[in-house]
Formats: sequence, structure tokens, C-alpha cells
Amino acid sequence: MDTLLVVRAAGEDPNPLVPHIAEIIVGLIAFGILYYFVAKFVVPRFEKSFAERTEAIEGGLAKAEVAQAEAAAALEQYQAQLADARGEAGQIREEARAQGAAILAEMRQQAQAESDRLVANAQSQIEAERAAAVASLHAEVGTLASQLAEKIVGESLSDDERQQRVIDRFIADLESQPSGQDA
Amino acid sequence: MLAEEGEGYTPPGSGDFKLPPIIENLEWFTKPYLMALISVVILVAFFYFAARKPTMVPSRLQFAGEGIYGFVRRDLARDIIGSKDFLKFLPLIFSLFIFIALNNVFGIIPFIQFPTMSLIGFPIALTLIVWVVYNWVGIRRQGPIGYFKNMMFPPGVPSWVYILLAPLELVSTVFVRPLTLSLRLFANMFAGHLLLIVFILGGEYMLLEGEGLVKVLSIGAFAMGIVMTFFELLVQVLQAYIFALLTALYIAGAMSEEH
Repeated sequence: MDTLLVVRAAGEDPNPLVPHIAEIIVGLIAFGILYYFVAKFVVPRFEKSFAERTEAIEGGLAKAEVAQAEAAAALEQYQAQLADARGEAGQIREEARAQGAAILAEMRQQAQAESDRLVANAQSQIEAERAAAVASLHAEVGTLASQLAEKIVGESLSDDERQQRVIDRFIADLESQPSGQDA
Repeated sequence: MLAEEGEGYTPPGSGDFKLPPIIENLEWFTKPYLMALISVVILVAFFYFAARKPTMVPSRLQFAGEGIYGFVRRDLARDIIGSKDFLKFLPLIFSLFIFIALNNVFGIIPFIQFPTMSLIGFPIALTLIVWVVYNWVGIRRQGPIGYFKNMMFPPGVPSWVYILLAPLELVSTVFVRPLTLSLRLFANMFAGHLLLIVFILGGEYMLLEGEGLVKVLSIGAFAMGIVMTFFELLVQVLQAYIFALLTALYIAGAMSEEH
């Protein structure tokens, strides 16, 4: 087998390191066509596509940044508005509370005045009624007593002045009695 | 042992890389030539439809095309050459990567199964282009004298070292670089294809011509052939990557004043 290989290598087999000129020429032509196509078509197209994509990504990023800034500004604005509204609400609440308190105080005052007035009315009425009662009793008791006395004494106390004096003294005695009931 | 039976086992050799012509009377036009041309048709068609109407949200085809393009653009061109100048060289590096990758992968695509780059003329053609480009860029950038001066006498080295360094750098940049660039690609594809032939044709021979145990053992050969096929896919893509990477590095080196 070894000898066979040697024989072949030395004899009929061509030397693989010796190029055919045709190989070089065909290689150059084939590669030249490919190179021309790649340089004129493939590279420009792909480069354009790459550049567009890069631009799109960068543009997208810039857009996103702007949107983010806008969103942050809007948020800030909303927060400020919210704080304003909150302050305003607090103020309104405070005012309402003060107003309520004022109304309440006024009402209370009015009620107090009304009640005072009613009490005073009642008192004066009672006083008047009492005075009337006292007066009527005064006259009635005087008459009754004088009639009684007239009957007992059998003597007419016609003298008005003396009669009145007696009645007054009688009533004064009644009033000054320590255990006497209220008129 | 096997060689004694019938006409015997013929081990694969460089003769397997010499294919018969497709069209009669057109002796030189064999399968790899057709493949190199078809690869261009496939790549042009694919990237035409991928890049025809680029949209912000890519279609599946555009996404695939942009994926390959973006990888080469970012990892091979921009990161190595720098964001200022890479766009000028991106078509070259990208074309090299896709052209070599597809022609390499042809080596394991069923019914094609031949890597174009295992014929040394093709790697040489590509290397020629790279060699012209990076030297031309260096001369344009630094002037003809400056280019060779910066190449052979890099600053920051004791002057007596230049006796050794200057010729080494010259030989390395001008002669060794293209040699290794083309040989690396060629040899990887050549050896890879040879390896697949050994396992698969060897397995076939064992199965058809062998007896008893040898027939059974052919399973192992086929299994290895399949394993090596996947391994080859890795090597094929990797070699395309390395070729494009080195191209970018050579250009970047020629552009910068310092080595």
C-alpha cells in the first residue's frame, strides 16, 4: 500500500501546489463580480438600513426623554394644583366652622334672650295677678270683717275714716303675724 | 492485503482533485470552476433579496443577511480597522468572507461535495487581491518610503536589532504573508476533503469488496466520515473567518504608522 501511494504520488498524480492559470483567472472574475455587487448594492443598502435604525432608536430615545420631562412637569403642576385645592378646602372648612360657631352663639344668645323675656313676662304677670289678688282680697276682707264686726258690735261703723283705719290695722296685724300664711 | 484482490484499493491522492471537464473540448472547465461561478450566483441572489427592500423591522431573509453582514462589519472590519476607515474596506472583507465560506461549505453539501478552495489557484487569486490592497493602502497612507521604512524599521527597538529585523519584516510582510494566507486556506480544504474521501470511499470499499468482519467494520469508517463531515463544517467556516480576519489585520497594519 505504501509503495502504491509513493508510486502514485511520484507518477500520475499532479502536484497540488501548482496552480492552473485558469483557476486564478476564474477566481478573480468570480470574486470580482461578487465584490462589485457587494460594494454597489449590499453594503450601501445595509448601511442605509443600519443608519436609519440607529436614527430611529436615537430619535425614539429623545422623544421618550421629552415625553418624560413633560410628564414630570404635568405631575408637578397637578401636585401644586392639588396642594392649592387642599389649602382652599381647609380654608373653606375653617370659615364654615367659624360661621357655624357664630351662628350657634347667636342662636344661643337669641334663645337666652327669648327665655329671659318669657321669664320676665311670666314674673311680671304673676306679680300683677298677685297684686290684683291682694287688692281684691284687701277689699273683700275689709268688707267681710266690717260686716262681721258690725254684727258683733252691733254698731255701725259709719265713719269711713275710722273704718278704714281699723281695716288697715287689722290687715297689718294679719301680715305681721309670724305664722301667718302668705297673702 | 486488500490491494491483492481484484484491481485493488486505490488510496486517495491529489489525483482525486483533478476532475473531468463538464463540457467536452473545454478541458479546463471542471466542476470547481462551475462551483465558483454558481457560488457567486447564489450569494448575489441571496443578498439581493435580503437587501432589496431594507425595512426597519427586518423580514426573516433580511434578518439573516443583516446577521452575517453585521457580524463581519462589527467583528472583522470595525473592531480591527477602526470606525474611521473600515467602511472603505468592508465590501472587500465581507465579499471575501461570504465567498470563501460558501465555497468551503460546498465541500460537505450533498452532490456538490467539493471545496473550491482545495484547488490552490482559487486561494491564490484571492490572496493576490488582498496582497495588492494592503500594500497599496500602506503606500498610499505612508508614502512608498515611509511604508517600507515603518515596516522594516519599527520604532522602539535597539538599532543593532535592525540588522536582523529589517530583512525579516520585509520578507514576512511582502512574501510570507501571501504565501501563508493562500496555503493555509488551500491546505485546510485539501486535507479536509482528502480526509472525507479516505473515510467514505474507504468504507465503501470495505463494504463492497471486504469479507466478513471487514464488511461490518465499514460502519466505523462511515460513522467517522459523518463525524468528520461536521468537523469539516467547523473548519470551513473557521477558515473563511481567519482569511477575512487576517485581511482586516493586514489592512489595519498598513494603515497605522506604527507596527
